[in-house]
Amino acid sequence: MAETTARERVFDIHHLEKKFGENTVLRDINFTADKGEVVCIIGASGSGKSTLLRCINLLTEPTSGEILYHGRNIQDGSVPLSKYRAKVGMVFQQFNLFNNMTVLQNCVIGQMKVLKKNRADAEKSAKDFLERVGMLQYQEAKPKQLSGGQKQRVAIARALAMEPEVLLFDEPTSALDPEMVGEVLRVMRGLATTGLTMLVVTHEMAFARDVSHRVCFMENGVIAEDDTPEVIFTNPKNERTRAFLSRVLGN
Amino acid sequence: MTFWDWVVRLLQEYWPTFLWGAGTTLLMAVVGTIIGFLIGLLVAIVRTIPVSKSDPLLKRGVLKVLRGIFMVYIEVFRSTPMMVQAMVIYYGVFASLSSDYVLWVGMFVISINTGAYMSEIVRGGVISIDPGQTEGAQSIGMTHWQTMVHVVLPQAIRNILPSVGNEFVVNIKDSSVLSVITVSEVFFAMRMAAGAYVRFFEASVIACVIYFVMTFTVTRILRYIERRMDGPENYVIHGSQTVPAAELTVRQDLEGGEK
Repeated sequence: MAETTARERVFDIHHLEKKFGENTVLRDINFTADKGEVVCIIGASGSGKSTLLRCINLLTEPTSGEILYHGRNIQDGSVPLSKYRAKVGMVFQQFNLFNNMTVLQNCVIGQMKVLKKNRADAEKSAKDFLERVGMLQYQEAKPKQLSGGQKQRVAIARALAMEPEVLLFDEPTSALDPEMVGEVLRVMRGLATTGLTMLVVTHEMAFARDVSHRVCFMENGVIAEDDTPEVIFTNPKNERTRAFLSRVLGN
Repeated sequence: MTFWDWVVRLLQEYWPTFLWGAGTTLLMAVVGTIIGFLIGLLVAIVRTIPVSKSDPLLKRGVLKVLRGIFMVYIEVFRSTPMMVQAMVIYYGVFASLSSDYVLWVGMFVISINTGAYMSEIVRGGVISIDPGQTEGAQSIGMTHWQTMVHVVLPQAIRNILPSVGNEFVVNIKDSSVLSVITVSEVFFAMRMAAGAYVRFFEASVIACVIYFVMTFTVTRILRYIERRMDGPENYVIHGSQTVPAAELTVRQDLEGGEK
């Protein structure tokens, strides 16, 4: 896309490899993302999509290769891990809200402990973000009292409250009942227009097609195709992309 | 004299000794459980520090040594009777101290003994918490310490509270073995009272009743704390998403129709 040419590079990933014992999950991944870009990563289960995302914020430790964040290697200690993760937030398939806290506390704790904000400021911005995802009125509820879609919206608010530069979404709608997928996708569509850099692992093909600037198709631990959604969905160059899409889109 | 006559007589003459003994027993149990619990939390926090191969060698080395020390500590104190531990520590380490310090030695022994069990109890509690909770905390940049203190341990502690209460009850009763180093708790008081008239049955029945009352009370209190920790089932929804007009009306009513 023409508009992405002058953008600042956020991630530069070179030769990333991840092995779990003898099992190679990621092999020689080369991947970039620019500021404000929305990149969807699609592919069959077990193709390494989630592992790639988890390597990017070091929840999983890569076996080899390097991940550059604004040109700095995130593993050589030049970027403190805690600061880096505050800048690169994550939304999980299983929400991972703190069960011992209310909705509001979930969005406040990181701001106070990691960003060192005072309580009043933290609560104010937490409420702003809860309002944006339509969950402000549930601020006193505990996670177990919420539906899946509501939990995921709170989880997005919690991630946004850290005012990150990048948000990683790890199959954010895969654990939801079908009727709740829409509310979460709506929030994510809204975010995509705000200039936030988003890397989204998803099985929602309509979302990938309509919202993203780029779509990566992964298979067997490699990025088999990386192109604009137009090309991927209408005229994929790779035979395996074509086979995958015809399988999931059912034609 | 009948059974009851002896009980009354022993109580009349030795009630201050029994009362003092009960106080000492409670002190031992409370101090031992609290300090043991803190030891358990600390050991659990250190033992769960994640190590990656990109960490500096010094950090990995220190952690390895600490973990080794903890393992030895836990195994040694769980595999020997507290009565023997008390004697080894009292006669071996604190022999030069005057007998005034026997209470402190008692508290020391029961605390580190309980700490060894608590370390395993807390570890079980931490394992029971979904790893997603830790990942959620890490993903917003919280450190290991912050993750443990604010997210994992509060949930783990709720889950292990029954076991912690169990340790407390065990401590009330097992502090009796500290009488071997002359800590004057209930069992010690009982032997004094029994020895005076050689009435072991009556004196031990009195001790039984005292132990029972103490443990039963403690159990009830712990149950109450557990219920408090679960928090309320209900929550208030602020405002209304579906009919914003309704909220507005209510607010105007409350503000007293100044318009």
